[in-house]
Amino acid sequence: MTTLPPFQVLIDEHAADVMAVLRGAVGRGDAEDCFQETFLAALRAYPRLEDDRNLRGWLLTIAHRKAIDQHRSNGRRPLPVAEPEELAGATAEPELDDGIWTLVGALPPKQRAAVALRYACDLPHAEIAAALGCSPEAARRSLHEGIKRLRKEMA
Amino acid sequence: MKTSLEHLTDRAAAEGLLDVAYATVDSPFGSLLVATTPRGLVKISFPRFYDTDETLEELATKISPRVLEAPAQLDDVRRQLDRYFEGRLHEFDLRLAWRLTEGFRKRAQQAIARIPYGKTRSYTEIARSAGNERAVRAAGTACGANPIPIVVPCHRVLRSGGALGGYGGGLPMKEGLLRMEGVGIR
Repeated sequence: MTTLPPFQVLIDEHAADVMAVLRGAVGRGDAEDCFQETFLAALRAYPRLEDDRNLRGWLLTIAHRKAIDQHRSNGRRPLPVAEPEELAGATAEPELDDGIWTLVGALPPKQRAAVALRYACDLPHAEIAAALGCSPEAARRSLHEGIKRLRKEMA
Repeated sequence: MKTSLEHLTDRAAAEGLLDVAYATVDSPFGSLLVATTPRGLVKISFPRFYDTDETLEELATKISPRVLEAPAQLDDVRRQLDRYFEGRLHEFDLRLAWRLTEGFRKRAQQAIARIPYGKTRSYTEIARSAGNERAVRAAGTACGANPIPIVVPCHRVLRSGGALGGYGGGLPMKEGLLRMEGVGIR
């Protein structure tokens, strides 16, 4: 028997965060479409979700994936990256069960995007570079710096 | 202009992903929480007496975790309830989904669903209709556990002597509904 909460709870608690992250990732114009795609994808997969300990992280992972799709369909424009204050609301309340994604959310924008694209979206360096509009070396550096910082904070 | 969440629930419904849609409906007896599945009305509860979060969790656990607030899916239910409370509708034309009940209780509740507007039955009569005349207490429990009150009119079930018995929405509501239907209360 499932113990998943009613899906409406996910919307009530995390829709604002998902929207904030998407506005940061794809800009206001495309955020609404990505928001719809994110929650529809989540709703499709929800009953089969086995690990419900980090629903916020799960939603944000889907949101990142949809942001990448959007970016690809827009013809590989550089991914606009949100300024930290724009995302402040999304990460204002770090919670213990958010674990790693709370820490990721607190990284500087380039590092955060690189880490999310690498580990949530499973993108290779070259594609992360394309998404961020920088060289593969710069992408690798951002990823490296981000991971170093996460290691330090988790230690 | 539809909101983002209205778009989401419309698209979810079109894709067959809206396993349980719920909404809050006003009534003369306070607000009601109503929930439907694609196969029919499944739940009506009284938020004054039953915690809404617990009701939604019950739906998520027993039916599907795809539970969404989607008032548009309940427009027809809301319209019929409004007309019923205005005294202009005597028979609901709604499909019912008996997903939250089973066994003797379900048979008793289905017997209750057949009681006509403005008529009453005793707990004993309901027990008999459900197949066990002696299970009067269980018939009372079935009334109390009725997942779809008002539409499944457990307010029309009284004690054998005509006393009110109980009601999940409170006895004033039971009495109010019966008076509205023109039933004299002793």
